[in-house]
Amino acid sequence: MARAAVLGRLTWQLGEVAELIQETPRVSSLVLDVPDWPGHLAGQHVDVRLTAEDGYQAQRSYSIASAPESAQVTLTVERLPDGEVSPYLVGELRTGEKVELRGPIGGYFVWRAGEERPLLLIGGGSGIVPLMAMIRHHAATAAAAPVRLLYSSRSIEDVIYKDELARLTADDTGLAVAHTLTRSQPAGWEGYSRRIDGEMVAEVAWPKKDAPAVFICGPTAFVETASSLLVESGYDPAWIRTERFGATGG
Amino acid sequence: MAFISRGFRGKRRDTASGSRVPPGQHVVDDFPVLSAGPTPRVPLSEWSFSIVGELDEPKTWTWDEFRRLPSETVSVDIHCVTKWSKLDTSWTGVSVETILEGVETAADYAVAYCDGGYTTNLPVDDLRGRQAWIAFEYDGQPLDPEHGGPARLLVPHLYLWKSAKWVRGISLQAEDEPGFWESNGYHNRGDPWREQRYWGD
Repeated sequence: MARAAVLGRLTWQLGEVAELIQETPRVSSLVLDVPDWPGHLAGQHVDVRLTAEDGYQAQRSYSIASAPESAQVTLTVERLPDGEVSPYLVGELRTGEKVELRGPIGGYFVWRAGEERPLLLIGGGSGIVPLMAMIRHHAATAAAAPVRLLYSSRSIEDVIYKDELARLTADDTGLAVAHTLTRSQPAGWEGYSRRIDGEMVAEVAWPKKDAPAVFICGPTAFVETASSLLVESGYDPAWIRTERFGATGG
Repeated sequence: MAFISRGFRGKRRDTASGSRVPPGQHVVDDFPVLSAGPTPRVPLSEWSFSIVGELDEPKTWTWDEFRRLPSETVSVDIHCVTKWSKLDTSWTGVSVETILEGVETAADYAVAYCDGGYTTNLPVDDLRGRQAWIAFEYDGQPLDPEHGGPARLLVPHLYLWKSAKWVRGISLQAEDEPGFWESNGYHNRGDPWREQRYWGD
């Protein structure tokens, strides 16, 4: 597992859907059996290719949600209303069917459990997906680095992996999670209730003397805001790795 | 033979624009942002652009000097390796041909370097011949920092990661030297029409 970021040529492979997990009303996880999977690093993504009967093809990239230690490859996909590939993956594709993919891709937005610096993860919406691979990797290896996650969602119904995050926090794995809900909050909500801002970042982020490793993923405006706040607070830009989702993932 | 996805039809575009879209790409109307780290912000008074490496004497322009170079406005299609293409984008910039005028070099390779530490490598031939620019305006407006402002390299015939944001100079080199993404799994040249996305493509 996790042998290398990318080895040689990436060929198209078939993954069989072993399980479909509805995470939120718009988001599902596809648990795939991929027989010749070369292994991956936490934070990497794959390309998915769909082919119509007349040969028309469409490709998109999706982050891997599963830990490198997992025997299966899990993709978590948000169904975009005007999308081309995501409505097929979330809605049409059934358990037992197959889908073409190649990967893993990307050697920069990755975290390895051997790294000892404190980890700061900041995710907006489905930007949580590659960060979840890191959290799962951290838990699977009982890694020593402490982890803080700041996770922004619109409402409690939109929080992906809510129960698993709560369980990992309770299990004392070294993970602390701060949620913010930007549009609506349930009664008795004790988390943040606003868009990410300097005060929130100051409360959640590691002090700069800890020189943390930082991964930020989400929509462009979210990533711009979060990374700028950290740089303004004295973080070295070189500590911060970003991945951005436009509105056009499809 | 590709695997047929049962029930997949896709959203097709008319063939006129379709012929301008490389394989595996789809057309978008917005302008997604992708970068590996925070957006650098350098005041124009501290900005400069340089040609260094294999030439008799390095050349440097301040922002004002750079803006006095002859510029041109071009309309081009751009293609990002993350699968989106954007057609008919309008940029204003100084062609690299203009920047390299009078530069005597035997270098076959170049590395563009940037604020924030990003680099990308290209054959010099991909920079010459009025097919590459140092762009400072998009759609008639100063280039947004998110999109690489104050100035970015624009090489529209290659995947967009070659069009380095926040570019500060070009190093001319005898040897090819993989840049940031080229060292992280992405193709060394990145021709979208040959779908050169990743190592080995």
